[in-house]
Amino acid sequence: MDGIKEFINRNLRQYGMIIALVIIIVFFGFVTGGRLIWPRNVSMLVRQNAYVLILAIGMMFCILTGGNVDLSVGSLVALVSAMSGLMATTLGLPSGLAILISVLTGLLAGIWQGFWIAYVRVPPFIATLSGMLVFRGINNIILNGQTLPLSGLYVTIGTGSVPDIAPNTAPDFLRIGDLLQLQNKPEYLNMTMLVTGLALSIIYVLVVIFNRNSKKKRGYEVQPLSLVIVKIISFFIVINLFSYWLAMDDGLPIMLILLAALYAIYTFIATKTIPGRHIYAMGGNIKAAELSGVNTKKMMFLVYANMGLLSGVAAVVTAGRLMAASPNVGVSFELDAIGACFIGGASAYGGVGTIWGAVVGAFIMGVMNNGMSIIGLNVFLQSVAKGLVVLLAVAFDMYSKSKSRLG
Amino acid sequence: MSEYILEMNNITKEFPGVIALSDVTFQVKKGEIHALVGENGAGKSTLMNVLSGIYPYGSYSGEIIFKGAECRFRNIRDSEAAGIAIIHQELALSPFMTIAENIFLGNERARNGLINWDETNKEAAALMKKVGLDEKHTTQVRNIGVGKQQLVEIAKALSKNCELLILDEPTAALNDDDSDHLLGLLQTLNKEHGLTCILISHKLHEVIKIAHSITVLRDGKTIETLDNTVPVSEGRIIKGMVGRELTDRFPKHTPNIGETGFEIRDWVVHDPLNEERVVIHNVNMYFRKGEIVGLAGLMGAGRTELAMSVFGRAYGRKISGTLIKDGKEITLNNINQAIANGIAYVTEDRKTAGLVHIQDIKRNITLANLKAITRGIVINEDEEILVGKDYRKRFDIKSTSVFQKVGNLSGGNQQKVVLSKWIFAAPDVLILDEPTRGIDVGAKYEIYKIILQLADAGKCIIMISSELPEILGITDRLYIINEGRVVGEMKTSEATQEDIMATIIRSSAGR
Repeated sequence: MDGIKEFINRNLRQYGMIIALVIIIVFFGFVTGGRLIWPRNVSMLVRQNAYVLILAIGMMFCILTGGNVDLSVGSLVALVSAMSGLMATTLGLPSGLAILISVLTGLLAGIWQGFWIAYVRVPPFIATLSGMLVFRGINNIILNGQTLPLSGLYVTIGTGSVPDIAPNTAPDFLRIGDLLQLQNKPEYLNMTMLVTGLALSIIYVLVVIFNRNSKKKRGYEVQPLSLVIVKIISFFIVINLFSYWLAMDDGLPIMLILLAALYAIYTFIATKTIPGRHIYAMGGNIKAAELSGVNTKKMMFLVYANMGLLSGVAAVVTAGRLMAASPNVGVSFELDAIGACFIGGASAYGGVGTIWGAVVGAFIMGVMNNGMSIIGLNVFLQSVAKGLVVLLAVAFDMYSKSKSRLG
Repeated sequence: MSEYILEMNNITKEFPGVIALSDVTFQVKKGEIHALVGENGAGKSTLMNVLSGIYPYGSYSGEIIFKGAECRFRNIRDSEAAGIAIIHQELALSPFMTIAENIFLGNERARNGLINWDETNKEAAALMKKVGLDEKHTTQVRNIGVGKQQLVEIAKALSKNCELLILDEPTAALNDDDSDHLLGLLQTLNKEHGLTCILISHKLHEVIKIAHSITVLRDGKTIETLDNTVPVSEGRIIKGMVGRELTDRFPKHTPNIGETGFEIRDWVVHDPLNEERVVIHNVNMYFRKGEIVGLAGLMGAGRTELAMSVFGRAYGRKISGTLIKDGKEITLNNINQAIANGIAYVTEDRKTAGLVHIQDIKRNITLANLKAITRGIVINEDEEILVGKDYRKRFDIKSTSVFQKVGNLSGGNQQKVVLSKWIFAAPDVLILDEPTRGIDVGAKYEIYKIILQLADAGKCIIMISSELPEILGITDRLYIINEGRVVGEMKTSEATQEDIMATIIRSSAGR
């Protein structure tokens, strides 16, 4: 039993976040009269808030290096959108090529900022404040105040779903959505989504079991079995419930595949690779990290270059969903991303925070955005609410830290 | 009223999973200098934090009676108002403010919210005179040395009309002159102004020199209070601290010295801030495998600068000279190259540059050699846990598990983690910069044993230390460094403290 206690203690903050997310979902589910959890709305929520999640992943690394932020990401999203409009619409390039160029533009902008921050030692706050002004300006120069329509692959990424592999083959006993009166398409169930969800959850279970056994065999420490079983079962239920929900609408959003891939890649980088370790170490104590052979300049550069890359991806996703490149896109995106990271448990001094936390934080922001819109809360009040939630999250963090501090 | 100005009775303080103080009783007589000694982690600082209100009333059990009345301090302001001032090991001064401003920081001489500069300056000058600080009150604190900064702290405490002054390791960062001055000042303040002092120190000779009583703590318990009006012996105090007689302060060892493993030739380093100034002048040294070589010298002699410049140019500019390892010339342009070439540098500044305090033991140990636990690009975290457990066991790192954050460990155990990190990096040349600074006697002995093991494993050990008895006790050969030059080389068996000091003084005089 001690093992379980220790494990929970070690991961307390993460469970706290999930509980907070569940409470917020239940709360808004209740005040919106259930509309928040309608399948239609859930799939929209995923698409609408993808940008927060993508940017929060990049922002988490910036914060990890030592509480640094990137204020320019909103403007950079605007700049890359404008690039998309210029390439795909004005110049008429194929949308695939335009997307590639756009994302590379984001990377280039990130490299530009990374250079000033890492090698010239301009404080990140100032370098990215400059970027915020510069990138927004370039967006306006390119678009000249106009909105350009986008089509093709942009729209597919922004709004599309994976086609149904076998329409109308779902077994009858699964079609209960109608009973609950949740669907706009009665009795519809998307098989692609259902099968994907089931396959993923089975693979997950197998991988967990296989890993545990092989660890045991090689004499490494393993988590207690009871805990693993609870984890496996809850993961299995959550994944399949979620995929069932999306299956009742239009199935597997292409954007969700993108998000899952980004989550997996960046979690891997943060937890399993040397650069990931080095970023955590420098956020914890930059001097000690340097003396242990961490190239802190290079890390800083990479983190900001990566933030640019992810801003490019977020821009393509956003432009695709809006089906247009507009001069006003991306306003205050940076604040959503920063907020998501801090809600998700990042330390304002660096060195503490997880990609998983950024994702949960982004979902909390997303559910709040969406829920408040559904109940028709005034935009200004929405802003007040979001601001207070970020404040409370960090205040709670500080409070729990001061309680647990050792001599 | 009793003869005691302070009585702390049956104090118990718990942290999650640790009992830091258990039923501690500590009594200080009015007008005495009372030393508080004990190993790292014995609970000295915790006890003082309870006393000064850093751990507020309610977070501990037991009672504090100060000047005959029970006190329930909720914060430092409360304890200061009652007349208790504490000077921490890390000085709490604002570097860009003047001495006068710092003295009255938080206690400004003001009328109606406006600072009265005339009064501030006048009183500052008077206080500075009282503590023997010969500087202008308008000098910025960053421009004076640590010894003088310590005096500013004392002036600050006096400005608050304190009756009980607590000093936590005041001389840890001071050289002998500054230490003597500080201790003399304490005696003067004690004799002439009746100031009661609590002195926490690892330097037992200082304690014996100036304290009237000595209280020994061990493992969070009061062991004994010794009367030092007739000086007691160091051995007597150590017995109380470690619970046994420590007959030998240094482990017995027969060196097994091999061939030359590392050489520094014609090494010249310039100041990173002022390129004109030469910090290291044409240094030549050699180090043999299995040999422990000491670098003796005064603080500021340039030993740390020399070591760091060798360690992948972590210090200095316009560095020239040759490094030869195993007969081959090597170039170390950055720390990574130094580590890759088997050089390790254990910093003197454990707190701010040695460890990542918010990370756990295992992660700190693997930081400098992550490659060893990485397959392809994937870090094997299970392997990491095993590595952590191995070192935790091997060096007896006192902790709840390898998942404990190093910020929560005592100084000696933190140093063991730092050493583990560098040993895990598998170096051939290990530079140890003040490896036992701020560490208690028992833990020092264990650190020495680790160092000797490394030497026996055939590594070149370079040890920088400001404690001459330590250099004489553990090294095989020593270089004497002064003002950035090698001014002497001796076999340790033929050296004495007097020889070393004489060499240093002669070399300074000769220029």
